[in-house]
Amino acid sequence: MADAKTIEPQESALVRGWNWLTETQIWTSVFRHAAPINDRNRVLVMLSNVFLHLHPVRLKKHGVRLRYTWCMGGLSFFLFLNLTFTGVLLMFYYRPTLEYAYSDIVGLREHVPLGIMREMHRWAAHAMVITVWLHMFRVFMTGSYKPPREFNWNVGVIMLVLTLLLSFTGYLLPWDQLAIWAITVGSNMARATPFLGYEGPGASLLALGDVQLIHAAADARFALLGGTFVGEGALLRFYVLHCVALPLVIGFLMAVHFWRVRKDGGISGPL
Amino acid sequence: MDAIKSFINIFADPRLFFLLTVVALVLLVWKREVFARNAVGYGLMAVLGVFFAFGLFDENFVLIIAKPDNVPIVALIFLVIFFTWYSMREAVLNDERVAAGDDVIEKQESDRVWVWPDLVYTELISLILCTAIIVVWSIGLEAPIEQPANPAATPNPSKAPWYFLGLQEMLVYFDPWLAGVVLPSLIIVGLMAIPYVDTNPKGNGYYTFNERKAEIVIFLFGFVVLWSSLIVLGTFLRGPNWNFFGPFEYWDVHKLEALTNVQLSEYVWVRGLGQALPDNILLRESVGILLTLAYVFALPVILARTVFRNYYEKLGPTRFYVSVVLFLMMLSLPVKMLTRWVFNLKYVVSIPEYFFNI
Repeated sequence: MADAKTIEPQESALVRGWNWLTETQIWTSVFRHAAPINDRNRVLVMLSNVFLHLHPVRLKKHGVRLRYTWCMGGLSFFLFLNLTFTGVLLMFYYRPTLEYAYSDIVGLREHVPLGIMREMHRWAAHAMVITVWLHMFRVFMTGSYKPPREFNWNVGVIMLVLTLLLSFTGYLLPWDQLAIWAITVGSNMARATPFLGYEGPGASLLALGDVQLIHAAADARFALLGGTFVGEGALLRFYVLHCVALPLVIGFLMAVHFWRVRKDGGISGPL
Repeated sequence: MDAIKSFINIFADPRLFFLLTVVALVLLVWKREVFARNAVGYGLMAVLGVFFAFGLFDENFVLIIAKPDNVPIVALIFLVIFFTWYSMREAVLNDERVAAGDDVIEKQESDRVWVWPDLVYTELISLILCTAIIVVWSIGLEAPIEQPANPAATPNPSKAPWYFLGLQEMLVYFDPWLAGVVLPSLIIVGLMAIPYVDTNPKGNGYYTFNERKAEIVIFLFGFVVLWSSLIVLGTFLRGPNWNFFGPFEYWDVHKLEALTNVQLSEYVWVRGLGQALPDNILLRESVGILLTLAYVFALPVILARTVFRNYYEKLGPTRFYVSVVLFLMMLSLPVKMLTRWVFNLKYVVSIPEYFFNI
């Protein structure tokens, strides 16, 4: 009787390499489960990954379809991430002072190799304004603001305003003619705030005896610009608002917004 | 060729431009079954594309369109028109399904799918496409940088960033305290009030028009006709001294437009009663003040008792008055536009002594 020989199936080096890699302690410490190719792991990947856990594990089919969502909320979020990334790179090169602001922006174009970060930042900012509007438009047209999502619609409206303010404060930073005059036109409106702007109705009523409380150097516009015109104070104020204060607030509200999408029953749909 | 251009220039006049957008909205809503057809939607996009392609051969047109910061507005025109059409199309399709006794499409697609891979991959593809578009756009079009800031040299026209140009356009009709402060605040308040004043439980989570006609018409009027089209008007059709220029017209700094606007008080006292304006401010502006008070306080009550009686009974007093006052505030812009165009009326109430003009 001849010796029975069992033939081991030969795996390619690639597969063996992959198998070895996915069994190392380093790999298994990062990924707690195998690839999401079966139902169990499709659940696990959503539960164990911090970036994916914003999602539910499963959702209704219409919620995936572009014809329903237009993807505008997702694109707004992605453009925000894009803007954060390019914005940080721009901060390496940009100094918010009258002396350097303009020349730093020119330098970005002249001296930085492959310098399209400013272009990406500017065009993505314009695009984000549009995607946020269209997101609101879609949410309205599908009636998704209706109960139980009233509060989340309001969070969205505030973030819409913040998006415009982020874009507005960033508009000043290149410190060219386009920038200061656009901000001058925009911030002149604050001068006409009722009671709080020195050219606003009722401002002259706020007085202690003969002393006017509201005047050109103490009104809403002054608070916004840190001066009576768009100058050094305004540049620093807008820079800090643009790079620190507003992104922090909108980031915080985004967390609330996404959380509430989940807590209010996931993406809207017919009951 | 020039005949076509001057023809289009005439139709871009703010009065006709506004009228045309209103007519377009009325047609869209009224003949929505026709508009919902694919041929109409894609045809509309094609006509728009041809218009812009045609415009590229005109140097004045190119000067405005190709300004780097104006490129997003060209995109906005296409996107707003497309999505307005598209959402109406989806609404009409769903309404037809409901009329035929079927479920809406969103209901038919309510079986569940796995987020991985269905949603995650959709997101990934969208993200890659978006990145590609931004990168190509950034390589192809340089961000604008003009001369260094010079507080002594005011450009003419001085324009706010493009997304605020609808508000800047309002400055033609309202003083800054209204156009720049009160009305923008009311836009925000109005948007936030929507979920609380709209008690219609239908149309939650799917496209429909028949189940929420009034809501959609009001929103489209605000978003498309007032907000978006005034941005386009303010960006493309307003030149030096905020004068109107057609899309194919040269921005002539010396273009003169007669300032023939008249205050309401002058209409009443000088032209109506044939006497000088009274010295007492309140007496001088009494008619305007009464009209304004009537518009804000009396009109909502009248509406509640007459044409909007059904809404009043459905919504209850609080919701009704909040929504009607907000609605009237939104309508104050077209009302002011019309009185300006028809009667040359400048201000209803004009008290420049206290910066109080309406």
